[in-house]
Amino acid sequence: MTFHDDLDRRGFLVAGAATSLSVAACRDRTPPPAIADPPPATNAGRRPYGERSSFVKSVRTFKADSPTPGTGSSRTPLQDCFGIITPSALHFERHHSGVPTIDPTKHELVIHGLVERPLALTLADLRRFPSTSRIHFLECAGNSGREHEGRPGADPQQSHGLASCSEWTGVLLSTLLAEVGPTADARWIIAEGADPARHARSIPIEKANDDVIIAYGQNGEPLRPEQGFPLRVIAPGWEGNVNVKWLRRLHVVDQPYMLRDEAASYTDLMPDGKARRFTFVMEAKSVITRPAGGQSLGGPGFYEITGLAWSGRGKITQVDVSTDGGATWQPAGLAEPVLAKAFTRFTLPWRWDGHATTLRSRCTDETGYVQPPRDALIAARGMTAGPDGYNHYNGIKVWTVRADGTVSNA
Amino acid sequence: MRRSIVLAIAWGCASADAAPAKYGIGRTPTAEELHALDISVAPEGTGLPVGHGSSAEGAVLFKAMCSACHGDRGEGRGDFPVLVGGRGTLATAQPILTIGSYWPFATTAWDYIHRAMPYSTPGVLAPDQVYALTAFILAANGVISADTVLDQKTLPRVQMPNRNGFVSDPRPDVP
Repeated sequence: MTFHDDLDRRGFLVAGAATSLSVAACRDRTPPPAIADPPPATNAGRRPYGERSSFVKSVRTFKADSPTPGTGSSRTPLQDCFGIITPSALHFERHHSGVPTIDPTKHELVIHGLVERPLALTLADLRRFPSTSRIHFLECAGNSGREHEGRPGADPQQSHGLASCSEWTGVLLSTLLAEVGPTADARWIIAEGADPARHARSIPIEKANDDVIIAYGQNGEPLRPEQGFPLRVIAPGWEGNVNVKWLRRLHVVDQPYMLRDEAASYTDLMPDGKARRFTFVMEAKSVITRPAGGQSLGGPGFYEITGLAWSGRGKITQVDVSTDGGATWQPAGLAEPVLAKAFTRFTLPWRWDGHATTLRSRCTDETGYVQPPRDALIAARGMTAGPDGYNHYNGIKVWTVRADGTVSNA
Repeated sequence: MRRSIVLAIAWGCASADAAPAKYGIGRTPTAEELHALDISVAPEGTGLPVGHGSSAEGAVLFKAMCSACHGDRGEGRGDFPVLVGGRGTLATAQPILTIGSYWPFATTAWDYIHRAMPYSTPGVLAPDQVYALTAFILAANGVISADTVLDQKTLPRVQMPNRNGFVSDPRPDVP
């Protein structure tokens, strides 16, 4: 008997209808929807660059936070994303001086300074070097800063949406550094973009030789313009601002140059008036994305709690979830793959009894660091807004489930 | 066994000298190209070009090119950044973070003005103009006297009030 013989079309439809019926009955006890005739077919395969279904509406939200036209941010709808990869079209953005349009055939990366052999590399040149593809999260230093401030986001997009995760493809910076031959006094590397403001950051050479990628690819295709096309820095686990977009120059130097976005902005002011500098790492953080603020449970019964956890220091080793106000915690399942400095998807089966409660997640990374509650962070860092507001907040996020099934912040 | 010893010696020799380029991809940029590209300025002044400017010269430029956003004297306008004032506020509940109160190095201001300002047409300022604008902002903050002329030598010597206001990253800072 062949596989096709086994596929009795009529029997298949009957089984399908029975399944739909039982699921619907279990969920909300309303009559099942009628099984509709198949809709008319569209012309298949005629879209050279694909688009999602017209029924899918999830989008980024934009916020212009400065009167200058090229400044603002957009947030990833984390609550609508599956798995660990953020669709490139939904990747968060943070811009300080707009998005330049760069012809890749006219773009070069220049590497110079304290090196034996300065180099100018075209995109075609860079594609000839041994390549690497790695999955890493990218997170704005200010992501969830309003949680710190006490104005928590109403849904995962608003609270944690300045973070996304992609597969990045490019050349390891260590490969390029070996090619140019840093001299003995080379200690830092200034990465500079080709945006109008020529955004630049100093990166320690240890990090550069560890895992920094000079990336030209994102999720299987060239970078999006808003993500730095044609070339950007990916400094895994470090605050977004270091991941310089539209990369045009790597300047190998002997010291950090104390540029504006490392000596003034992107510093963390403490209540004693001192500011923390070179606060690169994004510490371990997690958020439940379903059920979460802005959503509604259809009644008591089974729900899968799911969310995302990540750490700039390495792999997530554990995520615990509490469904009872933090009184007890249960270990969530971690979905494969669990990768260093990448989103990790966690899940926990949950049967809601219909009573009001709160949901929260707490992650641990491979260094043993445990995501702290907000109170502990406030105790250590106070409530002083720095030059960019509140950076590097990673406190436990709490969602409230009301008896009517609505989920919110409050 | 013998071959691995020979290999180890060969490796040792290679790392003692500068290792050769492994792939030989790309071209050597010209000195002119590097000169045009290299705009970064270090705290002790490496990278500063020849030039000079005074606060008086900077006041004229500031009014023409900067005041629409930053106010006539750097006091800010609307949501645009305040550049002047705020000394003594860093440890208060309402810190005012300006070039004068917060920025640790004068070179940081020079580099940023040169690199990124004015917002709508960055890169148009000549070195003399950047020295003059830096002098105007630092004088308005009381960091330098009104008659100080900034150049390659004097700018890096400016002691910013918050020079020692920064600490290295103490995280993890929560037990």
